[in-house]
Amino acid sequence: MEKKEKIGVYVCHCGTNIAGIVNVGEVSAWAADKLKDQGVVIARDYKFMCSSLGQELIQKDIKEQGLTRVVVAACSPHLHERTFRNACKGGGLNPYLCELVSIREQDSWVHTDKVAATEKAKAIISGGVSRVIHQVPLEPLLVPIHPDTLVVGGGIAGIQAALEIADAGFHVYLVEREPTIGGHMAQFDKTFPTLDCSACILTPKMVDAGNHPNITLLTYSEVEKVDGYVGNFTVTIRKRARGIVEADCTGCGICWEKCPKKVLDNVFEAGMGNRKAVYVPFPQAVPKYPVIDRVNCTYYIKGTCKACEKFCPTNAIDFDQEDEILNVQVGNVILATGYDTFDAHRITQYGYGRLANVYTSLEFERLCNAAGPTGGNIVLRDGKTPPKVVGIVHCVGSRDKNYNEYCSSICCMQSLKFAHLVRERTGAEVYNFYIDIRAAAKGYEEFYHRLLDEGTHFIRGKVAEISDAVRLPSEEGKLIIQVEDTLTGNQLRVPVDMAILSTGLEPRRDSKAVAKLFGISCSADGWLIERHPKLDPVATVTEGIYIAGCVQGPKDIPASVAQGAAAAARILGKIQQKEVALEPVRATVHEEQCSGCRICNNVCPFNAILFHEDTMVSEVNPALCQGCGTCVAACPAGAISGTGFSNEQILSQIDGLLFLNIPKKEAMAA
Amino acid sequence: MTDTPEPKPFEPVMIGFTCNWCSYRAADMAGTARMKYAPNVRLIRLMCSGRLDPTFVFKAFAGGADGVLVSGCHPGDCHYINQNYKAMRRFHLMQRVLTQMGIEPGRLKLLWASAAEGAIFAREITKFVEEVRALGPLNWNKSADEIPAAVQAEEVQA
Repeated sequence: MEKKEKIGVYVCHCGTNIAGIVNVGEVSAWAADKLKDQGVVIARDYKFMCSSLGQELIQKDIKEQGLTRVVVAACSPHLHERTFRNACKGGGLNPYLCELVSIREQDSWVHTDKVAATEKAKAIISGGVSRVIHQVPLEPLLVPIHPDTLVVGGGIAGIQAALEIADAGFHVYLVEREPTIGGHMAQFDKTFPTLDCSACILTPKMVDAGNHPNITLLTYSEVEKVDGYVGNFTVTIRKRARGIVEADCTGCGICWEKCPKKVLDNVFEAGMGNRKAVYVPFPQAVPKYPVIDRVNCTYYIKGTCKACEKFCPTNAIDFDQEDEILNVQVGNVILATGYDTFDAHRITQYGYGRLANVYTSLEFERLCNAAGPTGGNIVLRDGKTPPKVVGIVHCVGSRDKNYNEYCSSICCMQSLKFAHLVRERTGAEVYNFYIDIRAAAKGYEEFYHRLLDEGTHFIRGKVAEISDAVRLPSEEGKLIIQVEDTLTGNQLRVPVDMAILSTGLEPRRDSKAVAKLFGISCSADGWLIERHPKLDPVATVTEGIYIAGCVQGPKDIPASVAQGAAAAARILGKIQQKEVALEPVRATVHEEQCSGCRICNNVCPFNAILFHEDTMVSEVNPALCQGCGTCVAACPAGAISGTGFSNEQILSQIDGLLFLNIPKKEAMAA
Repeated sequence: MTDTPEPKPFEPVMIGFTCNWCSYRAADMAGTARMKYAPNVRLIRLMCSGRLDPTFVFKAFAGGADGVLVSGCHPGDCHYINQNYKAMRRFHLMQRVLTQMGIEPGRLKLLWASAAEGAIFAREITKFVEEVRALGPLNWNKSADEIPAAVQAEEVQA
């Protein structure tokens, strides 16, 4: 062997987490003895390697024993790789010469046989030692960060994030698909459990976002393309033609007053009310400029009308306006694209769409909203009769194997809020049909008890059916809710005038496309995945892309606001650093070995490999390369090496795991 | 206790390749949740299942592994957009090559596991260990005659 490495092996007890199953003393003694030929000069075991004392132990050995490689056998690299790399750095060793192997998550925590677990720990350490020999010192790639940020989605999470960053003095592009920002929160009447007026607390924030000198508001716009990498994204945004010259429009409202065409508003009013063909979704919309709906506008259909243009006092109507394509440079991105509500048509036995007085939660929000189509009067579909008995069905489309297994988390509280509003405004009897009441946040349980005191009925059971099939004279003209009360075991038929389906939250229908566009992953359900479910809930596995609000999973308004602010804080921290260190796990092409076959060009998902026509070799752009290593495996000439995961490293690790690196054990390799 | 100790049951030695983002995290999740599974599989972390060079698998078998697990993100969920499809193609290719070499294709397993599927990861590993245990130690001495005729025919077709 040429220059021999001096390797230190450190086996962590992790209290009893590891030491309770793995005989750590035996393992470290074994490593010191059997892996001597590999270059192990010292092997220690210690109670908590991640503690400052444990880290000092490594640093002391690096200095005193002249270690050139370090293997720590402890927890998952996803937990403490950075800790031990920094410890090595502090000891004067290149951080990438440290290998953390997992004998906790992959060994002591999942096995019960102490002998087998100890053997496995030896194999894992042996593999780590064999691998670390071939590790090379690496330097993180430093790239400058563009100080501007893109926020996608103008709901409360996106607004909060944009305001935080803008207030800190940095520029934000806030992109929203709808004509106005505000999101779902703008549709609500009250917020639980405080019963704040939703619009009263939201619209000031919307105005702030609209007027902020550091926020460029791009409503009625969509992101079409994202290129680049953390610190240096180029984003292509399509600003759809409003048909309104924003510079001239004063938002006076004469155009939609004069527009003769009424259109059912399926978005903001959830199908409960109408708007005009030229419209703002609601009076407090930000920005104040209306949009001409080209699908429904008479001028676009028949070529005549132009009523809005005739009456516009500032000549702001432009029927020929075209979509604008903007290219913006940003350093970081926050995705706050929110959620869709479950389509209640899918549960046919609940009769939504067939039985007039079955409502979804969003419809009821508009029905009880003072700014809604009935001015806040809770009435049946006939527009005048107030209900005497109302049934609220929880968990519609949630906690159900046929639809979504997850709990939508907000529907219990939303249902309680509805129950309160119905009783307050109509005095009707209210029945809540629930599976469990989940009121787990500040003030929520108290709100539930308030509802109990108010005399709302709670029936524990999943509703089987809502029908208008009458059996008794007393059921005449009513909707019958069929349910088993699981607390008493009785089958009940509850006649009601109005049934509200508390529909669950679902990922946006296009969430998978959004995830793909921004190069992040989403779960099988379609919620975008955070970097770590506990410790990193707003970052994603793609550097520079953050998520906030319901795009990550169902959550209430306070949690969405907190996530918006958290994502903003993370980005502000990055902007302040001015440059970002990228993991140096990258592929490199060795020119002299490259045959110019271009196979790698096609397998790369990030178009990071470019082909030089003149020299006929390929080259990897290290800033675009994400380090997946597919090209390394695909190169027929073996001309590409993957830093951090080289062939030598992995092949040696296989040797180590199979104890082929230990001369005395040849027998095992039969 | 009898005087003649029972012969130890065959304990297969197996290597598992995981990707950094889904299946390794599934293993972490199984650990964090203290789910128990068979201790026979020793994992190697790659950044992506697309990094899996078939050499690694053959090297593992040549080095004495009785079974090899290849795991990655679910199709469509790859952190690197779609590289797990490349792993899937290589998996089918490798199974065919192994068959031609006289190694039971059942010794190579492909497993999709998302970061949230620790339970699936644990369950499938135990299942795979039992499958390989049933196959017995990897027998390198098998001659070409012993390869089933059907497989040989398939080889010609390919």
